[in-house]
Parts: sequence; structure tokens; C-alpha cells
Amino acid sequence: MIGGQRRFTPLQRLLHWLMAACILAMLFIGVGMVSTVMPKYLTLVSIHKPLGIAILVLALIRLAVRLRYGAPPLPADLPEPMKLAAVASHYALYALMIAMPLLGWGMLSAGAYPVVLFGGWHLPAILPQSDSLHTLLWDAHFYLAFAFFALILLHVAAALFHALVRRDGVFETMASAAIYDEVAPAKQERHAA
Amino acid sequence: MTAPHQSSAFWSLALIAVVIAAGAAAFAYTAGWFSPQRLTPGKLVAAFAPATGVALGHRRNHAKGICFTGVFEANGAGFALSKAAVFARGQYPVLGRFNLGTANPNAPDSTVRVRGLGIRISPPDGQEWRSAMINAPVFPVSTPETFYELLRAEGSKEPNAIATFAAAHPEFAAFSEWAKNGPWTGSYAEERFNSLNSFVFVDGSGAEHVVRWSLHPAAQPVAVSPDELAKRGPNFLEQEIAQRVAGAPQRWTMVVTVANAGDPTADPSKAWPADRRTIEVGTLAAQQVQAEPDGPCRDINFDPAVLPSGMRTSDDPFPAARSAAYAKSYDLRTAEAKDYPRTTPGATP
Repeated sequence: MIGGQRRFTPLQRLLHWLMAACILAMLFIGVGMVSTVMPKYLTLVSIHKPLGIAILVLALIRLAVRLRYGAPPLPADLPEPMKLAAVASHYALYALMIAMPLLGWGMLSAGAYPVVLFGGWHLPAILPQSDSLHTLLWDAHFYLAFAFFALILLHVAAALFHALVRRDGVFETMASAAIYDEVAPAKQERHAA
Repeated sequence: MTAPHQSSAFWSLALIAVVIAAGAAAFAYTAGWFSPQRLTPGKLVAAFAPATGVALGHRRNHAKGICFTGVFEANGAGFALSKAAVFARGQYPVLGRFNLGTANPNAPDSTVRVRGLGIRISPPDGQEWRSAMINAPVFPVSTPETFYELLRAEGSKEPNAIATFAAAHPEFAAFSEWAKNGPWTGSYAEERFNSLNSFVFVDGSGAEHVVRWSLHPAAQPVAVSPDELAKRGPNFLEQEIAQRVAGAPQRWTMVVTVANAGDPTADPSKAWPADRRTIEVGTLAAQQVQAEPDGPCRDINFDPAVLPSGMRTSDDPFPAARSAAYAKSYDLRTAEAKDYPRTTPGATP
């Protein structure tokens, strides 16, 4: 990690907000599609699969970027339990961003379903057909989706807590639209871009 | 901390609570937790359950069946309607399943009116075509919601439930007429199997054609009464098709029927007029039959929405409903595999 920067890099911020939209859409599509038999079921499924793969690709890029550029340090006066929660929740979010698409892909593979992305584009099976594997992966995909959403709510609550209650600049490390890091001290900054 | 700061912190925390609660509520709403009336795959599948309880480990409908493997011999004519590679002249492997439209895997064969055929055709480009057809000439009802009503009526203890349903849904008459008076045969090989649902074929020029398809048997159908069939034993269909295929491959011609403008493409309870354009696109040959417990069709979901590029669903709402319900049934039964043990130790998958 490279310490000292006040904000996540513009690429990291772009990836974060792009993926936030994708993942929220993905989770809502997921719970919506499994609760209906209407024609939108097929529409939602046909979005869910390629979007999941897109999230997997973006998550891997994002992980590489994070390993390269690191993250801004948390405020020195942040209580230790909150620091621990911040670090642990970020590990969990990265794990879920990468694991969920793989679980879905593996689940379809174990169920001998074709993994169709767009039109004629499809992915190979990553697991042999197996009903026990299918069940295991299905359960994991299903229950972790709810855990993922709960974690995102927690993440949003924490971000807003930093922004509105602590006002410690943590929110701005990701929320700022500034391209350059040297504009002004964070506290006085207003829409620097 | 000063008093104003504390007050501001309170409202900030309240705002955060509202944001989180709204997010959670939106998620729950999307999941249907506030919509008990929503027809979910789970409700639709549960409605098939017989009074005696579901047969764990088995398909929730069309539970009794037998596997086969064979080939689809495309003659090339299908390219006039769809650019799907499965229509290029050639032979493509098929995995299939002959089955009975019942939730009871032990139902005597002579007691089940609807016979079905599921196939998965696998051309070399990897784009599978799965289809599940039945021998009825029309589907009982027009919409998935009405189908759910029919299942509820069939499962009802109310003696007049079906009559009441039929009176409320006149489209049910055509299926009822076939069920009562249509011929029965003594063999899967003598049945014509129909997609009933319409689909859209897209040809090489991008033009779209709304179609249904059928498998017409090469074997001459011989009408046999249900009473006569009952004397042949509870599993005569499986025994007969196994012997018949062992003697020679059994064949069906795949015939695609093209709708005219204005035909009821969204309603599988309505047949299209008999003069519609048809194209014979190839032949299905069943070459080997395998018992289901260790057979290759056992863990395949013959999901009618698995279509190659060049085919897609139409305004017919059933393929989506079937796809959702079949997936639910598949998820349930694969989780119950221990209740439907394989007969060969170590058999996979």
C-alpha cells in the first residue's frame, strides 16, 4: 500500500461507484427474478448472468488496483473497534464480489445448464455435473446474497456515519469527484471538480 | 460536545436509520415479502403436490420417466426460419426423456393422460436447444395464473371444483375434449409431441417468424383403450419403448409450423388453423433407452427457455413460467437426491 493520499484514486472511485450500481442492481434482480413466474423472469435472468460476469471482471481489476494503490489511512482518532470493522468489512466485500459470480457460475455448471451471456456467447462449465455440488453452491449463492445486501447496508450506514456524524473526511475519500488530490484541504472543499 | 451538535447528531442518526430501513424495505418488496398474492415459482411448484405428498428427489411434475439418447438429423430446411446452428444439415447428439404428466413417479402408466418428451439437442457450437413437449394438441389454459387456478382446483376437496373452473374458463374445453375422447396409444413411439408454446425464430436476414413445433411419429399410431392398457401392467410404456428401441431406433419428424399475422401466438390453449405453413426440419432418432435412476436425463432440466441463438421466446407467457418453475423443481429435487438413490453404487452424477 502507498500511504499518505487523502482520497482513493480517481480510478478506484470510478470502479467503486460503477460497481455499487452494478451490485445493487444485481442483488435486486436476483431476489426479484426468483420470486416471479412472469415473462420478466427470463428478462431478469438474462441480465443477471452477464452482469454477474461483468462484476467478477471488475472486481478482479479493482482488487489489482487496490493492491497497487492501497487506501487512504483511516483517521487516527477512529476507535479501534471501528477500524477493525472497517477493515474486516472491506475484506468481506471483496470476497463476496469475487465469490458470488463464481458461485453462480459453478452452480449453473453443476446443474448442467448452459451459461449464456449474450446471444451466441456462452461460458464453459467450471464444474462437473453434480446434484450435491449444485445444492451446496445454490445454498451458498442464495444465503450469501442476503449477507451481501446486509453488509452493503452496514457499509452505507458506516459511510453516512462518517459523513454526517463524525465528519472525519472518510466519506470524502470515496465520494469526492475531484480528479486531483492537491486542490484544497478536505474540510473546506466544496465540489472541487 | 455542545447541545446543538448533539441535536444535529441525533437527526443525522435518524436520517441514516431511515436510509437503511428504506433500502431493506425495497429489497424485501422486490423479493415479494410484502406481496403474498404474487405467483412465485415455489407456489406454482407446490400446487402440483399430490394429496399424498411430494415424491422427494423427483421432478415435481412429469415425475415418471425414462431416459434415452439418440440424434437429431437436421435436413437444413430449418435455416429458412432460423439461423440456429442446430438446423445446419448434420447429426447432433440428443439426450431425452419420455415421461408422464403426473407428480407421482409410481403412477400406473394407463392412468396418466398426458405423455411428454423432453429433449436436449447439442450441436457442436455448444448452443443447446432444450424442449419439453406433450401429446395434447392444446394446452388446458391461456395463462400461467389460470394454470395455477387449475392446479388448485385439481387439488381441491370441493367436489365441483373442476366443473366450476371449466365454467369460468371456456378455453379449457378443447383440452378436456381431447382428454376425454382423444385416442390413447400403447407406445411413446406412436405419440405426436407438441411444443404448444410459440417461440420466435430469427433467420439469417434477421426476419422473425413465430412458430410452434411438433414431433410426428414415424410409427403408425394404433388406438388402444385405457382399459386395455391397464391390463398391460403399471410400467408397460417404459418396457415397451425399451424393447422397441432395442430392436430399432424410433423416429419422429420435427415439423415447424409458422403463424400467420393475427394467430393466437400468446395462447397455447388455442390451436392455429390447419392450413398454416409447415417445414420439416429434421428427424429425431431415439437409439438407446436407459432407466432413469442412473440415466443421463435424470439431472437434466428440460427447460424450454434454453434456446440457441436464432430462437427466442415469444409473447407466449408460458416458457418463462415453465422455466421458473422447472428451475425451482430442479433446485428442490437435486437437494433431495438422497431420497431418490441411484441403483449403482458410486453412480454419477
